[in-house]
Amino acid sequence: MSAAPTTLRRLRRWFNRKGWGQITIATPYIWLLALFLVPFVIVFAMSFATRTPTAPPFSFGGENPILNWENYRRLFTDTLYIRAYLTSIANAAMATVMCLLIGYPMALGIARSSRSWRNILLMLVILPFWTSFLLRVYAWMGLMGTNSWFNKLLTSFYNGIVPDDWALSYIPMMNTNFAVVLVTVYSYLPFMILPLYANLEKLDLQLDEAAMDLGSRPLRVFWDITLPQSIPGIIAGGMLVFIPASGELIIPSLVGSSSQPMIGRVISDEFASARDWPMASAVSVALLVLLVVPLMLYTHYESKAQRQAQKRAEEGQ
Amino acid sequence: MNHRPVFLVTVLCFGFAFFYIPILSMIVYSFNGSRLATVWGGFSTKWYGELFNNRQIMRAALLSLKIALVSATFATILGTMAGIALARFRVFRGRTLFSGLVTAPLVMPEVITGIASLMLFILMARWIGWPSQRGFATVTLAHITFSMVFVTTIVQSRLAQTDASVEEAAIDLGSRPWQVMRDITLPIISPAILSGWLLAFTISLDDVVITNFTTGPGNTTLPILIWSKVKLGVTPDINALATITVTIVGIGVIVAGILLQRADKRRDRDARMAYRENL
Repeated sequence: MSAAPTTLRRLRRWFNRKGWGQITIATPYIWLLALFLVPFVIVFAMSFATRTPTAPPFSFGGENPILNWENYRRLFTDTLYIRAYLTSIANAAMATVMCLLIGYPMALGIARSSRSWRNILLMLVILPFWTSFLLRVYAWMGLMGTNSWFNKLLTSFYNGIVPDDWALSYIPMMNTNFAVVLVTVYSYLPFMILPLYANLEKLDLQLDEAAMDLGSRPLRVFWDITLPQSIPGIIAGGMLVFIPASGELIIPSLVGSSSQPMIGRVISDEFASARDWPMASAVSVALLVLLVVPLMLYTHYESKAQRQAQKRAEEGQ
Repeated sequence: MNHRPVFLVTVLCFGFAFFYIPILSMIVYSFNGSRLATVWGGFSTKWYGELFNNRQIMRAALLSLKIALVSATFATILGTMAGIALARFRVFRGRTLFSGLVTAPLVMPEVITGIASLMLFILMARWIGWPSQRGFATVTLAHITFSMVFVTTIVQSRLAQTDASVEEAAIDLGSRPWQVMRDITLPIISPAILSGWLLAFTISLDDVVITNFTTGPGNTTLPILIWSKVKLGVTPDINALATITVTIVGIGVIVAGILLQRADKRRDRDARMAYRENL
């Protein structure tokens, strides 16, 4: 008997027993390792390199060929970077709080609607989310411009309530941190509403009714019963808004102030304009280590604790 | 509970006004006759005509569609595999790293993913000679990588809701693993696969930042073209383009919504009938 059929049979047996599963796991695994993990290893290694005027513009050498902390030292001594981090965190935090203040009552309103209304309202929330992100930012550029109907409306409203000395011919909205926060809220609001809705929809209204029967006022019921139960939804929504908002590039570069750049802009500029790959990498690593990773770990342990608490409650019953 | 506090209804009205006024304003101004984008100069459809005669925009739109079709398809295949792996294979070597790799792209700031991919491609070109230039291939590879994890999330949560006992029964009755996958698992998750594909398609079609870093000269996608035009200010033809996008997406979402609601009602009816028959 020739060797080929045996190999084929063996291959087929492997495929039928374990091979199918191994291929299912290995294909996406290898893909993500090669195209997601390896690039990040490169970024990490690059943050310890030195910038050179060659192509590609970096080298490993100098006094500390392996661990060159120079880029990180600059990160903490050059105020440009610290200010950019602070601006990013302030804008993203402001946008997250605004999203929560607007999104929470909206999610609650949708969750407390009748079933047919609920689907329509949810669709209305998702619809802008499916249209282009860029075009949503662009829509606000049209509204905030000095000659737009929206700006004129706001200006006449403002001039109506302030003394004549303070009157403005238009309200300067474009290229400010206010514009960044406003457009971020507009773009990320669905990310706050959807997880909150998923959480609020599952709540047992019998608890509310029991509290009402026992004489609680609606606001008190909300504060004591609805709000504590919706904390996982608030955390999930907050993360979905805060993390991408802090690294945002499109919104600040279209409507933001150029004198107060956000961190995404700094990374992009260091990389593309200054061609300083090592510095861009160090800024990126710092963003990940200082902001993204702690928040991820927090969410992970928070949801784990929630699950355990739930399990204990179920066992207790 | 039908009693809805006045406060919640008011907030909903204001919230939806906030969502839709900028879009409506953009649609109205796309029919503006004036060249100045913010001053009304009478009704006109000339910007639509200009849009369709603009070869650059049409070429960019075609490239974007091509990239989105290819990358969504590969992202769906890879993402579904990863979803099945995480939901159905409980123990395998390196599972923790794998689930980390699947969640990380979801929260990674796009700028970082962008520069990381670009550095990889440049170093690869240096070391193994490929890709010699950046364009369709590099953008598609980057898009597959960051959109496949969205498919994984959808597929995984769908599989977590379904009982694995049917698949186990089929294995006990002597089915091959791949037959189980073909005949049971894939049909169960087919709606999730479809919505995963749609999501990957829109993500790719919409992406600016990662494309900006991974594309090369002469390969301008539609979002990159809009981005470079919009940086210089508001222009009327972009209003027309936005109106077309919103209309297509709006019709798609509404049709999908109606179909889903109908399927929902049918399932309810079937469940009630089955319940009555078993009584």
